[in-house]
Amino acid sequence: MSLQTDHETSTGAPAQKLERGLGPRLLRLEQPHPNRIYLTVAPGDHVAAAVFLFDELSARLATASAVDHRDHLEINYHFALDGDRCVVTVKTFAPKPEPHLESLARMIAGAEWIEREIADLFGCRFDGHPRPERLILADDWPADRHPLRRGGPS
Amino acid sequence: MNWRIWALQKSPWVYHVNAGACNNCDIEVLELLTPRFDVERFGITLVGSPRHADALLVSGICTRQIAPRLQDLYAQTPKPCVVFCIGTCACARGIFHDSYHAAAGPVDEVIRAVDPAATILYIPGCPPKPEAMILGVVKALRALA
Amino acid sequence: MTRTVLPIGPFHPLQEEAEFFQLYVDGETVVDMDVRISYNHRGIEDISTRRTFDQVPYLVERVCGICSASHPLAYIQAVEELAGITPPERSLYLRTIVNELERLHSHLLWVGLAGHFLGYNTVFMWAWKYREPVLDLLEATTGSRINYANAKIGGSRRDIPNELAPRILSVLSELEGKLEMLTGAVLDDYVLHLRTKGVGVLSREDARDYCVTGPTARASGIAIDVRRDDPYAAYDRIEWNVISAAEGDVFAKAKVRLLECFESIKIIRQCARQLPEGPIEVPVAAIPPGEAVGHVEAPRGETFHYVVSDGGPCPARHKVRAPSYVNIPSFKAACVGQPLADVTIALAAVDPCYSCTERLAVALDARTRRPLYTFDDLVRLSQEKTARLAREV
Repeated sequence: MSLQTDHETSTGAPAQKLERGLGPRLLRLEQPHPNRIYLTVAPGDHVAAAVFLFDELSARLATASAVDHRDHLEINYHFALDGDRCVVTVKTFAPKPEPHLESLARMIAGAEWIEREIADLFGCRFDGHPRPERLILADDWPADRHPLRRGGPS
Repeated sequence: MNWRIWALQKSPWVYHVNAGACNNCDIEVLELLTPRFDVERFGITLVGSPRHADALLVSGICTRQIAPRLQDLYAQTPKPCVVFCIGTCACARGIFHDSYHAAAGPVDEVIRAVDPAATILYIPGCPPKPEAMILGVVKALRALA
Repeated sequence: MTRTVLPIGPFHPLQEEAEFFQLYVDGETVVDMDVRISYNHRGIEDISTRRTFDQVPYLVERVCGICSASHPLAYIQAVEELAGITPPERSLYLRTIVNELERLHSHLLWVGLAGHFLGYNTVFMWAWKYREPVLDLLEATTGSRINYANAKIGGSRRDIPNELAPRILSVLSELEGKLEMLTGAVLDDYVLHLRTKGVGVLSREDARDYCVTGPTARASGIAIDVRRDDPYAAYDRIEWNVISAAEGDVFAKAKVRLLECFESIKIIRQCARQLPEGPIEVPVAAIPPGEAVGHVEAPRGETFHYVVSDGGPCPARHKVRAPSYVNIPSFKAACVGQPLADVTIALAAVDPCYSCTERLAVALDARTRRPLYTFDDLVRLSQEKTARLAREV
């Protein structure tokens, strides 16, 4: 588990390592570009996938993003495998009307702010988050309005 | 001439407020203090508290979170004072005109909400060049006389 | 135990932006801290979905005025990946030159501010003076000192004429000499060693846990650099080194940034000499549906953009993550256990950029909630400590 000045000599391409490591939890894996991998897991399994990426593959959590769909929120955790020249996006889903997902912030401190931001902007609850407080919206912003939900901020 | 205005014109001390800007205007304001432009030659200096300031240099769109703080800062500045809106954002919000997190109005409206008679001057540009800021201050001081 | 809370912010004259830090102190030692952002939140991700693909670079350029070459480039690379566009070779070199000029001016800006926090205003004035020729070069090559609007989807907007190359090279040679003097003055100063070595240490483990990037990571022994790890523009066509250090303290961070300036000069020199002939842009058709990631090594670390297209004229979703967003939370690990006089420089060492993250700071008494110090007081404490050490030496 190291990120030295020189690239690690890794055994196997990242896609194969992910397939081996995640097994049946992996619902779908796409590689539209040699340096980009998108994988889909069921809600809940994103924790195992993140732990595998962070601990076994020494990945760095670059950020997370959410996309609003008609009946669910798509939550993407973007991991950078710096040694393998690859960005791995772990996709999972949080069904509406009350989207919630298990938090990664207890395992990875770097996930704390971005999960609070998604909670503010999209209204997704992160279960087990150490500090589920408002981060990015103004103090007087109404609690039930999430500006990046489709249909706009109003 | 009002002696307070006369005193204000001599060596205006300024307090810089970032009201939700992208940093550009702010860095160009700091640029004014450094060797190439060096406005301290004219007695213009940045101060650490609005209570010591003759002028507020405001940059940014004025976000919803900043608006009440900006009004507090304006209230704390001794009068008479001059508010400079630095950059397109502070003048008219510019590229962020349709932001959901902006206050009810740009900087001038937020300040006029607490003091309708406030002296507000505009220096547009994205960001205005340091030369433009110096010219703006010179023009403003002349206009006050 | 008496816990005292020191609020820092939201307004302070040197940190040009608003953000609110609360430091919990026990006597002189920081025991915990808390940050509140929102003051600078402008909702760019929302505005972006109402701008066309070719308008968005002008918007993301204004995420942060210092990284105004990195943000558009990360976005553009994402869109180019999504649409399968390969920009022409000459534009890749142009992008590299503008991005490295940006790094030079940003690192010099940081050295200046760090000098001020430590009470070395001469360093502040020097650094900002030497930064001016870099801004002049940016103006000559792109048309603007700041907000370069240089890269566009499919190439570059404006060419650097070959006749400009000698001027770029002569400005760089002059700057290199001055940088050597400045680097020596900063890195060999005994008082600065006392003030920065072992101060604000971010351990390798914490750096990994907080997922920090850029000079903050590289100073803690994690040698990551997007320019090498996922090459873009012309970085894989030229010779340069990734600078790293193991200590993780303020001194290491200063060292990494100062030495990186020399690497930037090396990169720009090679680019100006090897600038290939040819077109600077390719035509772009409609952007197909899909998703893509673009990341770029900005002066403060990795800038990350995620773009989703539904085949329409505007991005359906655009996520922007600036480097300070992951670097600022690591203050907590670097500040806890530090004496108050060292806090300002430990904070400044991360080169926080709040407009990126979306600035305010003070200290309060934990029981009475009464303000004790303002950020100005903390800067004064820091400057007095330097003066005391200088007398003792």
